[in-house]
Amino acid sequence: MQLLLALLSGAFFAAGIFLLLRRSLVRLVLGLIFIGHSANILIFTADGLQRGAPPVVRDGQEILTQPYADPLPQALILTAIVISFGVFAFFLVLIKRVYRVSGHDDLDRLRETDA
Amino acid sequence: MTLMILPILLPLAGAALSTLFRRSLAMQKIIAVLVSAAILLSSALLLRLVLAEGMQVMYIGAWEAPFGISFIADTFSALMLLLTGVLGFTVTIYSLSGIDKMRQCYGYFRLLHILLMGVSGAFLTGDLFNLYVWFEVMLIASFVLMVLGNERAQLEGAVKYVVMNLLASVFFLIGIGVLYGKTGTLNFADLAFKLSTVTDHSLVNVSAVLFLLAFGIKSALFPFFFWLPDSYHVPPPAITAIFSGLLTKVGVYALLRTFSLIFVHDQEFTQPVFLALAGLTMLTGVLGAVAQNEMRRLLSFHIVSQIGYAIMGLAIFNAAAFSGAIYFIVHVAIAKAALFLITGYILATRGSTKLKELGGLLRYSPFLSILFFLSAMSLAGMPPLSGFFAKFALVKAGFEAGQHLISAVALAVGMLTLFSMTKIWGEAFWNERSVVGDAPRPAITPLTRFEHSMYLFPTLVLVALTVLMGIGAEAVFEITDRAAAELFNPTTYISTVLGIE
Repeated sequence: MQLLLALLSGAFFAAGIFLLLRRSLVRLVLGLIFIGHSANILIFTADGLQRGAPPVVRDGQEILTQPYADPLPQALILTAIVISFGVFAFFLVLIKRVYRVSGHDDLDRLRETDA
Repeated sequence: MTLMILPILLPLAGAALSTLFRRSLAMQKIIAVLVSAAILLSSALLLRLVLAEGMQVMYIGAWEAPFGISFIADTFSALMLLLTGVLGFTVTIYSLSGIDKMRQCYGYFRLLHILLMGVSGAFLTGDLFNLYVWFEVMLIASFVLMVLGNERAQLEGAVKYVVMNLLASVFFLIGIGVLYGKTGTLNFADLAFKLSTVTDHSLVNVSAVLFLLAFGIKSALFPFFFWLPDSYHVPPPAITAIFSGLLTKVGVYALLRTFSLIFVHDQEFTQPVFLALAGLTMLTGVLGAVAQNEMRRLLSFHIVSQIGYAIMGLAIFNAAAFSGAIYFIVHVAIAKAALFLITGYILATRGSTKLKELGGLLRYSPFLSILFFLSAMSLAGMPPLSGFFAKFALVKAGFEAGQHLISAVALAVGMLTLFSMTKIWGEAFWNERSVVGDAPRPAITPLTRFEHSMYLFPTLVLVALTVLMGIGAEAVFEITDRAAAELFNPTTYISTVLGIE
């Protein structure tokens, strides 16, 4: 399972980079979302995966003993997902405005502000 | 203790209150001025407290480190908070007339509050993931501030700005993930403590590089700087002033904090990287600036160049260089914000910031010219202004540490900075181009006396600060020396936060 998630994270990252390198604004957003997902999966698997082992002190024991699933990475990616949801909502509106104002979604033609 | 949380709570309250009064612009203005003054006051009191009683630690929700999130105010953090207070206050006053009514009606002051909250949080937190959250708070406010006004150039600049900063956030997250997988903690002090026992540095170095990428993009280091000159010149100069003063400095703060506390065990690997990046950042930034003929773009390139100096302090890696870097960050935030505020005044009264379309400012606005001259010379590093002492401390530390090349680059870049500042001075202020034959072009929107003073008073405050920081350099260096000593020798930091001996 861990290997599968690692591969999935890598695949998301690769797909994200590929989309980022395209010229379309919509693909740019999709690429960033993919890379974001890749990071979330990476954090999820960072400390190893444990199935069916909730971090609860078992009957008759004083402290939590290994193995147990670490709840912190899940809390972290939950936060990261919520934040990226808000940010991408903004970004989608932004590219819609850019499309309306400039009349195309070609990144190569967004050069007016370049130094 | 409560003093520590005020720089975060006050702007939050300000944002909430101005949302309640969203129909009354007058109330929003009063709230903005009062709140930013209160932030300034509380951050000044916090610095005084830290200087008198040492580092302050606060465990949020009373969850002790490393389990909960801790807020830590050491001398460096407190000094950065005071800087936030000063810039927040001056830019708020300036915005009363420096930001047009449409932007103010669409929630400018609220966004400014949220931006200040994010910046204060990033300076205070002692937890890596919490730092990410504060970065995002700050970024989302800055995204909206950048597009506020809906001009075509703003939208275009914002696309570049948003994409690069979102990418940086992803790298930051991946770095956090790798580091958490290795150590099982996210608390700065606990990370430093745990990593000191780690012998295999390969995975730690991977996350170090990811953090370097993330913070390098956010602070506009070479070679990740290109988004900054493409986007910082599009919003109104008041917004650029607060961006240049605070946002990139948060990136530099994060670099200084993490690479002096957490990633210190493989310096043969990190220090040469930083030396090269610092030198190249300085050089490319200033060369880009020399080629520009528009004040806002020119100054945006200088932001990049100045970041190199701050990183140079980190690259030399000793207490004297840290002290110089911290002094430099404070100096450049103030001098740069002053320059952008002056640019905003020129834009409002002359209708352009292109050097070719300006001229004769020395004759028409002698007071403004003095303010510009002082802040430009301070940026270029002329004694007795703050820029001189900042560069002097850094270059001296560089030569003493045997880093001759980077010190020579720093001196050469100082010369080029002086050159591009005199270029603005010569074209916009000294040149009598628009004087010949006819009177000066009138201001595009005639300014009232009140508006004039609202433009010039905050600028005067910032310029006075850069002069005072130069004249009273010894007193400032006492504070930065202390901050640098705490950074360079983090054992007190670690033991205070973790509560161990």
